Amino acid sequence: MRLKYLALTAAVAGLVGVSVPASNAFAKDSLFVPLFTYRTGAFANSGIPIANGMHDYLSMLNARDGGIGGVKLDIQECETQYNDAKGVECYDSVKNKHPVVIGPWSTGITLALIPKVTVDHIPVLSMAYGLSAAAVGADFPWIFNPPDTYWDGMSIALKYIAEKEGGFAKLKGKTIGFIFLDVGYGREPIPLLNDFAKDYGFKVKMYPVAPSQMQSQGGVWLGVRRDRPDWMIMWGWGAMNPTAVQEAARTGYPMDHFLGVWWSGSEGDARPAGEAAKGYLSLNFNAVGTNFPAIKDIIKDVVNKGKSQTPKDMVGENFYNRGVVNGVMIAEAIRNAQKITGKKMIDGSDMRRGLETLQISEQRWKQIGLPEFAAPIHITCQDHDGHGPVYVQQWDGHKWVKVSGWISPVKDKVLPLLVDAAKDYVNKNQPWPKRTERCDDGTL
Amino acid sequence: MMHLLYSIFVDPFVQMGAAPDLLVQTLWDGLVSGVLYALIALGFVLIFKASGVFNFAQGIMVVFAALTLVGLAEHGVPAYVALALTIVVMLVLAVGVERLILRPLVDQPEIILFMATFGLTYFLIGLGELIFGGDPKVMIAGQLGLPSGSYRITMAGGYVQLQKIDIAAAIIASLMVAGLGILFNRTRIGRALRAVADSHRAALSVGISLEQIWVIVWFAAGVVALATGIMWGARSDVSFALETIALKALPVLILGGFTSIPGAIVGGLLVSVRQKVGEFYWGSLVGGGIESWFAYVIALVFLLFRPQGLFGERIIERL
Amino acid sequence: MLYREVGQYKTSYAADQALLPILQDKIGIAVLLLIAFVGVPLTASDFTLNSVLIPILIFSLAATGLNLLTGYTGLLSLGTGGFMGVGAYACYKLMTLFPHVNIIVFILFSGFFAAAVGIVFGLPSLRIKGFYLAVATLAAQFFLSWCFIRVPWLYNYNISASIEVPTKMLFGIAVTGPTATSVTRYLVVLAIVAVLTLLAANLVRGRTGRTWMAVRDMDLAAELIGIRLYQTKLLSFAVSSFYCGVAGAMLVFLYLGNAEPSSFDINQSFLILFMVIIGGLGSLLGSFLGATLIWGLPILLRHVPTYFGLSIESAKVDQSTFMILGALIIFFLIVEPHGLARLWQIGKQKLRVWPFPY
Repeated sequence: MRLKYLALTAAVAGLVGVSVPASNAFAKDSLFVPLFTYRTGAFANSGIPIANGMHDYLSMLNARDGGIGGVKLDIQECETQYNDAKGVECYDSVKNKHPVVIGPWSTGITLALIPKVTVDHIPVLSMAYGLSAAAVGADFPWIFNPPDTYWDGMSIALKYIAEKEGGFAKLKGKTIGFIFLDVGYGREPIPLLNDFAKDYGFKVKMYPVAPSQMQSQGGVWLGVRRDRPDWMIMWGWGAMNPTAVQEAARTGYPMDHFLGVWWSGSEGDARPAGEAAKGYLSLNFNAVGTNFPAIKDIIKDVVNKGKSQTPKDMVGENFYNRGVVNGVMIAEAIRNAQKITGKKMIDGSDMRRGLETLQISEQRWKQIGLPEFAAPIHITCQDHDGHGPVYVQQWDGHKWVKVSGWISPVKDKVLPLLVDAAKDYVNKNQPWPKRTERCDDGTL
Repeated sequence: MMHLLYSIFVDPFVQMGAAPDLLVQTLWDGLVSGVLYALIALGFVLIFKASGVFNFAQGIMVVFAALTLVGLAEHGVPAYVALALTIVVMLVLAVGVERLILRPLVDQPEIILFMATFGLTYFLIGLGELIFGGDPKVMIAGQLGLPSGSYRITMAGGYVQLQKIDIAAAIIASLMVAGLGILFNRTRIGRALRAVADSHRAALSVGISLEQIWVIVWFAAGVVALATGIMWGARSDVSFALETIALKALPVLILGGFTSIPGAIVGGLLVSVRQKVGEFYWGSLVGGGIESWFAYVIALVFLLFRPQGLFGERIIERL
Repeated sequence: MLYREVGQYKTSYAADQALLPILQDKIGIAVLLLIAFVGVPLTASDFTLNSVLIPILIFSLAATGLNLLTGYTGLLSLGTGGFMGVGAYACYKLMTLFPHVNIIVFILFSGFFAAAVGIVFGLPSLRIKGFYLAVATLAAQFFLSWCFIRVPWLYNYNISASIEVPTKMLFGIAVTGPTATSVTRYLVVLAIVAVLTLLAANLVRGRTGRTWMAVRDMDLAAELIGIRLYQTKLLSFAVSSFYCGVAGAMLVFLYLGNAEPSSFDINQSFLILFMVIIGGLGSLLGSFLGATLIWGLPILLRHVPTYFGLSIESAKVDQSTFMILGALIIFFLIVEPHGLARLWQIGKQKLRVWPFPY
């Protein structure tokens, strides 16, 4: 009996105690960089390598250079489980500790945070996910989604297919299947796909996969077998990817006509199918492998010193390097903000200016020890995305191999759609705050 | 309107006639996933019959068993040894559940036991992720001697593709069911199990140890979970997303009845075949992706006409 | 000593049947409301309001709704998340169709849509019950989840397939959207929850509640004494769904500020069911205690290590949270299967005789 009350008292006392959140953890001599990650839950397979990459690159800067501009980074992970409510909770728990930037790592969480950060003045860096329309800097001064939006991605996928078929004109009469995770993320590129279909006269077949059906896609692929699309494009995530690749192989679908977005191209997505996945294509905007000075520094200063959760053989995998790109963007934007403002201890508003004028040239990639790791990144006040080029990689049965040059998105198709979408968002969310933030590069 | 009627009542059958190979393939796919649903449902039924517990943790037991197997193999344990060790782990789990959950909660209402299995689910999710991490693993199907590849049978201008692993799954599932059938009907333990299922108290009074029976059924359910995990894991990968497959087995339970082993099997096949055929031929009418709820609707409609399920015992208070 | 009804004489039936017949209860509730309405907004931090109190109140309301159905009428439902979603989407549609009407009206009104949907999916309860019904309500859950993504009309054809909450004013103060302060939103949530809880308390002790409980305890006997089973059950589904619907609308408009279909998935249903069972079936107080424990515990576990200056990887914390939560659920079920509300009752009994145990 005693125990019972003890437990209850403890629980109640604890709940009361929590109402005074720990804010003393914030140290005044470091820049607070919260990382929203998910190492648990149904999407952990995609979340873990990304979390590792981001964490390790920033930790490496701390260990090797003593932080950025002489200021250490206070890196703290907050586990979101890819769940919107948990993500909002993470945001609430960090927002008063003066984070310089937030990367929600979930389209759903990004959407939930966009209105909040616009009021709280904290920049959000959603790297190639989140709301495509947020690329329009005039309407979304606080949101950044470089290097590409999903619409850019879809236009690149179609451009690649057209190239293989011998030009956009040859797409007439062809059928392109689109298999996607049936949530906001997967549905986002559909308008652009339909647009292209109308213009170039190809047919589109939709194959939605509900989140609860991620691991049983037999029916979907039977449909693929019936419809015999000439190409398949995939917008998948989490456990959906490996299952789709395996089912495609099983159905006998030609793998070299199966093209996934950059979120459907991790080693873990192709590996379970093994040899059968040979030929599977996916978009990518970062290099794969460990053959870069900065990555070697990560191994030397972080992984080998036991300061990371990363198993050594996972360093250099695609999504790990994707996380590194995100880390580079954060670090370079901080550096840039320090340069513009002349302050070492920057805050969220300074960081926004740093992001708005972020340039990572080929030269700069080389300087930071990642030569040709990714395409140059060029963000302006007007364009918070950059619409950079992307390449296509192919699974050779064991690893990813680059099989195309850098392909630029079809900007004259994407940009008008983006402007319309941003307008639509602003209209639906009246009163949306007008941009008052000063622009450093004069594009606005 | 005419168009709609046409696409509901005519077009699907035209399609079936035009491409009989696809129809056969659909039926085959339905049968195979039906076997797997039936295996999960079997786990539920075993436990429900003997202890009256609606074991929500069956889904996570599948994941946990598969993870243990793969995790051990990753640490260099030979495949068959890993398999044996996993079975031992499932036994430990069964004993643990009996000691720590069932025994203290004896004679509580069903819903309390149901909630306790929820607690168990959470516990196993945390434990599994803590030990094995959240990243997905590749099932060691090859090392376990499971075949890969497929047979292709040409017919009616097309072909039907039979995956060897699916055939193996069907065979293993049938063997397990047969084994359980023998266990239930031909052995002392089986008699005791049936006695407990009939009446706890009467069984107790003739000297059957409830505790022992519970351990046995939870262990059996654990082994069934392991088999399910291997089969399902070989089809995609082993990760926590697999946990949701337990939900797919629930319509099977409604259809088959909570207490009937043949019901679980026939129900599994029926639900799955109808689900696949429904999705394939009628799903596009509403934009596809109806697989997630179609089975439930089949089960619901069925319930309205036959609340006791296919083979359920009529005396059970449900109406 | 502290909690004694001795000496409090009732001179009329009305007084005897009052909601709070005992003086100490009246004082207790008054103090509680005072703290909730005045004390908390003055003292609590942004984080406490936003991430602890607002969700706890909203989930308490949803748990109250489910408790009316499961605890009072004995019908197990796993479709709570779906019904909450109906409320949220109904509120969103109403708001965009009639942008000038007060948002609070719509939050409450959206409950009626949820109630209507609840009645439809409650129909099978006329034939089946127990776990069979629970599985049948899963049909509602999955079907509704599917609708939230497949019917673009519901989210106004937004490309992101999610619903967004713009700033809406009430008497010149922003109550929804990003500019609304957490105190405002907290007070609005608190007011709605308080009023609806009062309503529920009156409902369950009146005729309706009694017929529900009669059906729960023995439906055959209830039918024999003239209670119409199906009307009672459907009414229970309707009222329960109403509460869930309002909670769902509040979840989106006053807490998250945005919703994807995944906010109303099966896990949400399970979470609410947890709260009801841990809190105590058939007890309104239990709904609140359950919501507090289930929502508060993971937050607490997350923050405990930092209090002691330990830095543990957040993923490890999360995994341990799962384990501890699971173990605690089992622990609570073992020590007190009737839920936290029962513990409170026992506590009251102790207080009654304190300091002399006999």
